[in-house]
Amino acid sequence: MKLLNYTSIYFSGALLIIISIWAAVFYYTMLIEIYDSIDDGLDNQKGLVIQKANTDSTILHKNNFDEADYAIHEITANAAINFRDTYLDTMMFMQNEKSDEPVRLLKTVFLQNGKYYQLQVVTSMVEEDDLIKQLFISVLWLYLGLVLTIIVFNNFLLKKIWRPFYQLLKHLKMFRLDKPDPVATITTKVDEFSMLNDTVQKFVQRNIESYTSQKHFIENASHELQTPLAISINKLETLAEDTELKPDQLTLLASALDHLDRLTRLNRSLLLLSRIENKQFAELTSVNLNILTKKVITDFYDQLTFSDLHLDINEKDLCIQKMNPDLAGIVIMNLVKNAIVHNKTGGFINVILDKNSMIIENSGIDKALDKEKIFNRFHSGQSSAASTGLGLAIVKAVGDLYGFTTSYSYEQKHVIRIGF
Amino acid sequence: MKILVIEDEQGMRESMVRSLQQEKHVVESAPDFYSAREKLETYQYDCVLLDIGLPGGNGLVLLEELKKQNSAEGVIIVSAKDSLDDKVKGLNLGADDYLAKPFHLAELHARVRSVLRRKKLDGSKYIICGNLKIDTEQRMVWANEDELILNRKEYDVLLYLVLNRNRLVNKSALAEHVWGDYIDDANSYDFIYSQIKNLRKKIKDHDAGIEIEAVYGIGYKLVA
Repeated sequence: MKLLNYTSIYFSGALLIIISIWAAVFYYTMLIEIYDSIDDGLDNQKGLVIQKANTDSTILHKNNFDEADYAIHEITANAAINFRDTYLDTMMFMQNEKSDEPVRLLKTVFLQNGKYYQLQVVTSMVEEDDLIKQLFISVLWLYLGLVLTIIVFNNFLLKKIWRPFYQLLKHLKMFRLDKPDPVATITTKVDEFSMLNDTVQKFVQRNIESYTSQKHFIENASHELQTPLAISINKLETLAEDTELKPDQLTLLASALDHLDRLTRLNRSLLLLSRIENKQFAELTSVNLNILTKKVITDFYDQLTFSDLHLDINEKDLCIQKMNPDLAGIVIMNLVKNAIVHNKTGGFINVILDKNSMIIENSGIDKALDKEKIFNRFHSGQSSAASTGLGLAIVKAVGDLYGFTTSYSYEQKHVIRIGF
Repeated sequence: MKILVIEDEQGMRESMVRSLQQEKHVVESAPDFYSAREKLETYQYDCVLLDIGLPGGNGLVLLEELKKQNSAEGVIIVSAKDSLDDKVKGLNLGADDYLAKPFHLAELHARVRSVLRRKKLDGSKYIICGNLKIDTEQRMVWANEDELILNRKEYDVLLYLVLNRNRLVNKSALAEHVWGDYIDDANSYDFIYSQIKNLRKKIKDHDAGIEIEAVYGIGYKLVA
């Protein structure tokens, strides 16, 4: 969910609660004020009526409200003594509305010429349901207005104030560790953003550094391993020439030498990977992959014959790519070798060259391999001493260098496709 | 032949010196830049094996100085820095070959021999081994004056074994020399065996006076 919608939902929810409570409180305080004011008015009227009764005794016999807003009844002294002024909400027929409407009624008692009278004064009251309805509509408008304002503001804020944040996000999205163009710095007055910016910059810098140092480590380690490897191999070879050795001792030696050879190949492949990733193959020419592929296949001729593999090359078009000629050779060599190693006796290999693609299909085990991992370093479908597990990783590294796509699929045969 | 091994790693130097001595070469060695320079200025060698990263200076500087003196030495750069730049630089400066560490001793001998031969330092145009005569320029082989018809790879295998005659050649050294990366390591032993079998048959048919012995698990030895 977008930040805009997220904050809007939260604000709308919070406002709904706050405004509801506010409306209730407002309504009741309003009502209290209204009663207070009306009761004051009734009090005043009471005073006026009593005063008038003093001068004009005829009104003492005004038993009904009729045209005026008061009525007077004579009551007994007993009833009058225990009487307290009371304010009541009641209904009264209103001529204009043609219906019973709420009124406020004050009942009080007064003494006139030694007789007790009960005085009832009324005044028209607000209609509570109308008040609530009006209040509800006003509050609703206020609420909608506020929510709309928040959305508009938020939109504006997100665009304006959050701009550095989104810039940074964009930079980070484009950032690749193996192509370390440092993340561009953003300019902002907001403390949090400049802190975020600094943190991201430091974080990215640290990552680039550790990535580079790891890369250098692999490179240096591979370099430093060369000499001890060379010494070990040469010493063992010298030892193997000793004619006094028994066959089982020779077998042990042979096994040690085999493993050192494997280590040597592994080391060379790792060095090659480092060099590809460090872009140390700078020379670029137009390489004719048709010619190169045929040359590589010729070089594998002995191997193909020995493993009884049938290789077909299908040239649909000329495939000419701008790349390093050595790397082109390395890619094709590794692809063909991979197709030979993971094949079965009497199997087949098809090489299909098109204007912008190269496809290598081969027979092998009757089961699809993990297409996510097949190009990873040291991912071998079958564990074997046969390969270093780096051949396809090298193919992918070269692909990444030039922006080629490398993919694997299984269609009753293993298919590797390079899209240029 | 007189050979100078310039190499700072003691273990490496010892192996190279010892192995070259077995080939009846006169071998001297220098462990650093200054002693190497002194020896090169004082004596004449047929072949110099030169490490690039030396204590005291860069081996390529020694190469430059050698070439300025117009010396006839063959120079093979032996380097752990298997980098294209160094290789190109070294060969441009006049080195005869470039050997990346780690290498098999058989490969070292083959390279030394071919450098010496290219420099015409071993006197003969042909390599003689048993009843075999090999012309490396024309890639032709005769056994008792009969031409031995070999395919390209058989020739390479034979030449390699001849250059390392009477020595045990590791099968992976042979595979790497002849087929390079174009061999799958899984069945390389069987693969080489089948190639050797063909070669043996031809040698036997022509009574070449040599024999290729298999040393179980390790490789082959050409006995003349």
